[in-house]
Amino acid sequence: MHKSSPPTHALSCRGLSLGYGQRLVLQDVSIGIERGTWTAVVGPNGAGKSTLLRALAGLMVPRAGVVQLDDKPLTSWAPRARGQRLAWLAQAVPASELRAYTVVALGRLAHGHWLSQETARDRAIIERVMRATGSLEWADRRLSTLSGGERQRVHLARMLAVEASVLVLDEPTTHLDPPHQEDIVRLLRSQAHGCGVTVVSAIHDLSLALAADQLIVLGASGLIGQGTVAQVLERDWLSVAFGEPVAVIEADGQYLWRPRLGEPGA
Amino acid sequence: MLAAGGSVSASQIAPIAKATTTRFGRWLLVGCGVSVILVLIGLLIGTTGIARSLTELRHPDSEALTIFWQIRLPRSLGAWCAGALLGLAGCVAQGVFRNPLAEPYLLGTASGAALGVALCLLSFDSGVFSIAWLGALGVTGAACLGAAGAIVLTLALSRGVVQTASLLLAGVVVAFLLSAITSLLLLTKPDIWLSMQSFLLGSTALIGWFAVLLLSAVLGVSLMVALALAKGLDALTLGEDTAQSLGLSLPMLRLAFLGIVAVTTATVVGQCGVIGFVGLVAPHLVRQLFELDHRRLLLGSALSGGILLQAADLLSRWLLQPSELPVGAVTACLGGSYLIVLLWRRNRDA
Repeated sequence: MHKSSPPTHALSCRGLSLGYGQRLVLQDVSIGIERGTWTAVVGPNGAGKSTLLRALAGLMVPRAGVVQLDDKPLTSWAPRARGQRLAWLAQAVPASELRAYTVVALGRLAHGHWLSQETARDRAIIERVMRATGSLEWADRRLSTLSGGERQRVHLARMLAVEASVLVLDEPTTHLDPPHQEDIVRLLRSQAHGCGVTVVSAIHDLSLALAADQLIVLGASGLIGQGTVAQVLERDWLSVAFGEPVAVIEADGQYLWRPRLGEPGA
Repeated sequence: MLAAGGSVSASQIAPIAKATTTRFGRWLLVGCGVSVILVLIGLLIGTTGIARSLTELRHPDSEALTIFWQIRLPRSLGAWCAGALLGLAGCVAQGVFRNPLAEPYLLGTASGAALGVALCLLSFDSGVFSIAWLGALGVTGAACLGAAGAIVLTLALSRGVVQTASLLLAGVVVAFLLSAITSLLLLTKPDIWLSMQSFLLGSTALIGWFAVLLLSAVLGVSLMVALALAKGLDALTLGEDTAQSLGLSLPMLRLAFLGIVAVTTATVVGQCGVIGFVGLVAPHLVRQLFELDHRRLLLGSALSGGILLQAADLLSRWLLQPSELPVGAVTACLGGSYLIVLLWRRNRDA
């Protein structure tokens, strides 16, 4: 191994097997996620998207295999150092009684000292990310009084406030209306392409997922493959994953999922 | 969508946070003032009437001085400290279990302490050699030991602090188990059952200066530790996954917080028995008034817990003068009715 060359994979796993209790969800998964790209994880319900993302974020202990962050096993990272490098956004976040501002400020937790108040720099970062996600106007509201979509944007701000180099998101667009989903995707893409941040996210909406650089396709029986959007479409992995034909069209230089409503079901 | 300008002044959000801080600070001051006034009132209320106490306070003889300084003052101060400890423990428990119904005794401390006291009283009664050393330890020590034992048992049953759900369940199991043992032990001795009753209902009557010292020392230390770790409780409100992703070590954090709950409740139970509802209600009281992070919520819970138990102590002395109500019954009435109001309001708003 050449120590001088920078690691190419920001996040990778080898031989990963994951499960809960008796149930094995994923077996022998090996993937590598390149630095500065946006990778979308797609697949049908129950394929294990959330499970894979939780393992990649170091939130569950694998049955077998290893996850590496910056070519170093995740288990050998100190919690604080990992918290600075990798940020996580859960799919369902409980309605906290905290103010939105306080929630976003928690994103700075791994950077400051336990006892220290937030610095002027922290405050500047918090305000910047809240403005970027359009959540600044609710800064003083309790999280529990916000709508699902508003809350989601506060959590997105909380995740960006970490200023991590790897972002792992589980369905970040779920509660948002379509224009705001678009905003989030644009934000994620600018994080990856503009700031060199590595983004991995599960995205349910296929048209949005097809805007990613790379796709990780999960099917009912596990990992189908990883590749660029063009590769995935060429091999028709989406149809394999969902167990029925998935139609994708290209328009204005972007891929769109086309519901096949005019045709009778197979 | 990204803000074009890189550097932004924080002026837009800071003033709002400051307004809450000022309001909360004012509330804290008022709370401290109320506490002092309650201590002063506490000097006047006892078996002798208020009018006589007032005259005695102006022209104290030695007997009156003893009553004021050795009985009533430490009792009021001790009740405040015990209430503050329960409020703090309740707030920590609700935070770490992410459950608004969590309370200080959820690790089985109350039943453990009761078993300890029952064993102690039995050994006084029967003079059995094997447990005679318990008698020497005293009721206070036995209660404290019993509470600590129950916590150890709960932690062992749930195999450490990895899963909060199994911890809660283990706490319930231990509480039932130990209560059953206590009941069995007391079946044969109805007279001990009577003296147990005052312990189970809680009593602030026996608090002396030593107890005040102990309670305030434990309060000081546990409050400091809890405040230092308060951001961990904030992070936990976002769920355990998110808290962990923020760079927290959840097992360490849980261990520290459960340590606080264990030490505070064991101390209180040892000094004044099982006083219910203070730990459950105090944090809700503060949450109703402010939207707060845990650092201030912990402070507020301790203060309102102190005021609550101190007021309950005064009522228990005053309502049936010259005899006394058990303070635990008073807190149950006060706390219970407050929770009913809270529930009613929530149903109305929903």
